[in-house]
Amino acid sequence: MSPLDHKLLRDLWRMKGQAIAIGVVIAVGVAMLVMMSGLVTSLNETRDAYYQRYRLADIFAPVTRAPDRSVQRLAAIEGVSAVEPRVIGGALIDLPGTDLPVQAQAVSLPDLRTPRLNDVYLSDGRMIDSDRSEEILLLQSFANAHGLRPGDRLSATMNGARRSFRIVGLAQAPEFLYTTAPGEIIPDDARFGVIWMSRSALAAAYDMEGAFNEALLSLSRGANEAAVLDAVDRILDPYGGTGAYPLADQISNRFLSQEIIGLEASAVGVPPIFLAVAAFLLYIVINRMVQSEREEIGLMKAFGYTNSEVGAHYFKLVMAIAVGGALAGCLLGIAGGRSLTQYYTDYFKFPFLVFQLDPASFVTGVTVSILAASVGGLMVLRSVFALTPATAMRPPAPPDYSRAGRVGRRMNAWLDQPSRMVLRRITRQPGRMAGAMIGIACGMALSASMIAIYAGFDRTIDLTFNIIDRSDVTVGFTHAASEATIFELSRMPGVLLVEPVRHVPAVLRNGLNTYRGVVSGLAPEARLFRALDADIAEIPLDERGIVLSTALADILNIGPGEMLTVEVREGRQPDLQIPVTAVSESLLGSPAYMDLDALNRALREPGRVSGAYLAIDQARARDIYRALQNMPTVAGVSLKSDAEAAIQTLMNTGAGAIRYVMGTIAFVITFGIVYNAARIAYAERARDLASLRVIGFTRGETAFVLLGELAVVTLVALPFGGALGYYMSFGIAAGFSNELYQIPVIFDLASYGFAALVVIGAAIASGWLVKRDIDRAELVLTLKTRE
Amino acid sequence: MMKKNIFSTRGLTKVYGEGHSAVHALRGVDLDIPEGEIVVLLGPSGSGKSTLLNIIGGLDRATDGDAFFQDRNLSQMTDRQLTRYRRDHVGFVFQFYNLMPSLTAHENVELVTEIARDPMDPGDALSIVGLRDRVDHFPAQLSGGEQQRVAIARAVAKNPTVLFCDEPTGALDSTTGRSVLNVLRDVNEKLGATVLIVTHAASQAAMADRVIHFADGSVREIVVNDTKLTPAEIDW
Repeated sequence: MSPLDHKLLRDLWRMKGQAIAIGVVIAVGVAMLVMMSGLVTSLNETRDAYYQRYRLADIFAPVTRAPDRSVQRLAAIEGVSAVEPRVIGGALIDLPGTDLPVQAQAVSLPDLRTPRLNDVYLSDGRMIDSDRSEEILLLQSFANAHGLRPGDRLSATMNGARRSFRIVGLAQAPEFLYTTAPGEIIPDDARFGVIWMSRSALAAAYDMEGAFNEALLSLSRGANEAAVLDAVDRILDPYGGTGAYPLADQISNRFLSQEIIGLEASAVGVPPIFLAVAAFLLYIVINRMVQSEREEIGLMKAFGYTNSEVGAHYFKLVMAIAVGGALAGCLLGIAGGRSLTQYYTDYFKFPFLVFQLDPASFVTGVTVSILAASVGGLMVLRSVFALTPATAMRPPAPPDYSRAGRVGRRMNAWLDQPSRMVLRRITRQPGRMAGAMIGIACGMALSASMIAIYAGFDRTIDLTFNIIDRSDVTVGFTHAASEATIFELSRMPGVLLVEPVRHVPAVLRNGLNTYRGVVSGLAPEARLFRALDADIAEIPLDERGIVLSTALADILNIGPGEMLTVEVREGRQPDLQIPVTAVSESLLGSPAYMDLDALNRALREPGRVSGAYLAIDQARARDIYRALQNMPTVAGVSLKSDAEAAIQTLMNTGAGAIRYVMGTIAFVITFGIVYNAARIAYAERARDLASLRVIGFTRGETAFVLLGELAVVTLVALPFGGALGYYMSFGIAAGFSNELYQIPVIFDLASYGFAALVVIGAAIASGWLVKRDIDRAELVLTLKTRE
Repeated sequence: MMKKNIFSTRGLTKVYGEGHSAVHALRGVDLDIPEGEIVVLLGPSGSGKSTLLNIIGGLDRATDGDAFFQDRNLSQMTDRQLTRYRRDHVGFVFQFYNLMPSLTAHENVELVTEIARDPMDPGDALSIVGLRDRVDHFPAQLSGGEQQRVAIARAVAKNPTVLFCDEPTGALDSTTGRSVLNVLRDVNEKLGATVLIVTHAASQAAMADRVIHFADGSVREIVVNDTKLTPAEIDW
């Protein structure tokens, strides 16, 4: 081993504290990248494997009532590899001890064989016996939410008749990873159930003998999906087909994909910001570390070592730290990615997990670290090499503080010597101070932007549930009912205000951009549920036009004044051309609003409503629920408080949960930055500080000279960091927003205050750690050696 | 017989800084130094002796004028050529030893022998300075004199043509200082290296072949000693 390599190892050992502090920052930046991309890759792989293993259909074709013989015609369509007809129907489950019935969907399983498509995963109990019509499988997540087990009985109302069933097994299915009650936006395990029963039993309940009301189709490789959809619609149209749709529009898959896309966006958008901050810090730290080695560099040059030999030596030192940190980051990222994937596997209810890493993330992480470290190291080496060995070996000439003298003289009256040293160092070495300041500002920005994102999540909930929707209860009807129903509701004792609404399923189209969603007809001068603009002012709904939410306008790439095609998927299924009149602020879902009467006129169904928003007297809530339950037109009742709790849960456990992981990492990086800044400042000034002690300064006074500087730099960095964090939060908010909910960037003073406290806390902790070292330093040794 | 000059300077000038704050460290020095001698450069602080040493040692560049090593003009050498020159011909000993604190005595010497053209064994070099039994000690475990002897071993291990010593005894007591000077004399006699010593201790001039007095950036006087004293005979 050459003496230079000995020196390398011993130098690394000597500066191990600093090296580890630098390594940790880069490791955390890299770990974030590896972890997030591994998570996304694994979730996509797991989802695909799950879909494939349980044969999830590529096309779903709902129809009113089609005879079984039409299955052959569907199977004959070019590009179709399998067809599975089935019966589905709405049901209301009565659970003892709950005020409101729970909506459910009943789904048929073929008699005497496994389904060709949309198979189920039996997680508990056994499969149903098709000869016993009272046997059912229950969706496991729903069963868990209500504590139901195989062997329990369950009563449900199907097609107007109340029936009793026996749960024989619990099941999961790729098509029901997310369950959402009809007309609602937010998935909720507890408030929507799925019942599987035999085809014969379900057909009997819904008068579907010899017929089906949903066809599932799978496509062969290379099939033309659009052509198949058209062909399916042509075949099913005479039987009341409401339009076949691809898997991409299937509700559970759409939520799942949105959540994964949300994670992917966070994975693509957020870690690079973290890595960039870590890389920048690495650059600064390496730069100053090499600077402090300048005497040794000069000496080696005096012996006749060439610039490239000296450069290679320090390059190795820098690389050992950067690559070591990056590799540790990869390992950390693998471990983090694995546990996060496990978490999301449970969350998404995948029955198994395929863990896969993304090799590109390793390459990116390590490369960025190496580049940042090399640039940091080389820049400063270049400036050291430009010096002659004689100059390099002399300690650098004392920095010229003479120009600070005037300021100093004016301040003499009220500043003691140590304070003057702090002040002069800051004013006379602005470059060095700016480096430390920018580093700390980046740390502040990272923490501030993450905390601002937390506030953004709260804002989304507040806007949705306290400002846009001011109702207490939402009622959904079994079919588009007459306005008389609204009158009936308003006469109920305890109901304070009733507002009709009509939800119409539709495909919204603007050129090539389409969105399968719902158009909501709102009452004129609504008070409980309103379309609002960005300033929270009510948007008057125009007689002729449609108002789109920001998210929807983005998806469709359309703005006010342009014409939107609305392909209604209900009743007569007309295609309408409607001008967009405004864009509304909505952070939840992608709603589209019209004036209720205008919508009904366009559908030529005057006076129809599909639901209502209610404001109620909470004291009479139970009576109202009971009365609603007894109204035959009421299909479902949902409480805003339940919905709010559900979205809270979704945001705190789904893709949004990752914000807490990222927030933690932001704090770690912030601390790392501040600590490194303090350590380097100490390394540069160890000799000065020892001299102060020798002259008779106390430990506290000596520490003040260093820590005072750190304090000033930190305080100056805070406002810059806050401003930088504000801009950074746009990128991060975009990463967290998805089709289901959008996260706004808000300037929330409390968030920035908290981030400032984090930075100040990190500074105090770092200061304390460094002060401990100052106190321990052996004076004579410090003065004699160059360390 | 006339000895060949190992160094010659003509109009050698060095100015630090510019304008009002400019410091003239050397003001046009003309000087010839024959090879194989022990030369002592004497003068008060700031007289320019260290600056001259740095320039002819290839550690610094002149502002103006020429400095020749044998017949090569150091002033016209590129950085690469200067590095080559230091590596092949020059050994340095500094007042504050400048050892690598993270390397042992042996490794500090090895640092130089590894890149030299015709080095001696690091152990032999340490034997010359009488530290054969302390090779595995780190600088922090050695006394000042021992550290300086390691620095000398490091400088002579490459078999240098010329050995530059900037205040080599400046930080040492008389006993250790004498032993260091003894080593330098041995190097001169046994290895035939030219030895240039910068000092402001006038008594050390007695062991030199030639004494060059510096004042205010110029050579004031050159004295050639007919008889040299041994370090043991020097007043400290």
